[in-house]
Amino acid sequence: MTLKKIAEILNAQWLCGQEDEDRETHSAFASDMMSDVLAFVKEDTLLLTGLVNGQSVRTCEMLDVPCVVFVRGKMPQPDVIDMAREIMLPAMVTPYSMFEVCGRLYEAGLPSVKLE
Amino acid sequence: MMIKDTYPVAAGDMTVAGDVSARIKRQMKRLGIPSDIMRRVSVCTYEAEINLVIHSMGGEIEFEITAEDIIVRSRDVGPGIPDISKAMTEGWSTASNEVRNMGFGAGMGLPNMKRNADEFSIESTVGVGTNIVMTFHI
Ligand SMILES: Nc1ncnc2c1ncn2[C@@H]1O[C@H](COP(=O)(O)OP(=O)(O)O)[C@@H](O)[C@H]1O
Ligand SMILES: [Mg+2]
Repeated sequence: MTLKKIAEILNAQWLCGQEDEDRETHSAFASDMMSDVLAFVKEDTLLLTGLVNGQSVRTCEMLDVPCVVFVRGKMPQPDVIDMAREIMLPAMVTPYSMFEVCGRLYEAGLPSVKLE
Repeated sequence: MMIKDTYPVAAGDMTVAGDVSARIKRQMKRLGIPSDIMRRVSVCTYEAEINLVIHSMGGEIEFEITAEDIIVRSRDVGPGIPDISKAMTEGWSTASNEVRNMGFGAGMGLPNMKRNADEFSIESTVGVGTNIVMTFHI
């Protein structure tokens, strides 16, 4: 599923990286705990999170996550958005709750990351 | 290609936690380390760095590349770990709520390191500090 499609489904606002909207992602993982993300996320996995501090962006950088979606309309601070821009991490914010975000993407055909 | 760099990590400041791991990752990228190895090393250095920030009184991360291996060492001065087997259990954590609100403290850090490294060893002395060595075969 392209990032463009994801942004549409989630009624999301781009924070940075929209130029990469044709990038494909093949699964998603939702968590506010970055160690869980570090344990389970594979390449090409979209991160859905309510954590809007710099650690969410750092975690994406460590794992080469293709895009981060901040849920519940929580807006990261400008320095966090700058950090995402600097590492060329596409980021968007959606007004929907985590539950609704997951439901919408799953219904549209985006599978969960496979847990080992 | 032989490299050995040491990066200090200060205790307490979550806003810069991860900066050392990001520098190490960028260096691996420049050197063309295969992406699977780079990813595993990155997860381990990041978890180790976070632990230095949230659990220790300060320490350092050493990043070494030899002909065969990447070796990451974490050393700190701090409270040490009284029961290592407990600390290695998934979900076991003494992290504060403040740390949890920053996205860490799920008790997955040490297990993540062990799972991702080809070799993992940890030594800790209560009241002195903790040493971790992780080796990744290139
Ligand atoms: N460098 C360290 N110094 C002292 N205690 C540590 C250190 N690293 C880990 N610990 C202890 O081991 C526990 C488990 O660590 P970890 O698996 O990384 O989970 P977390 O950091 O989420 O608590 C910590 O909660 C802490 O009690
Ligand atoms: Mg930890």
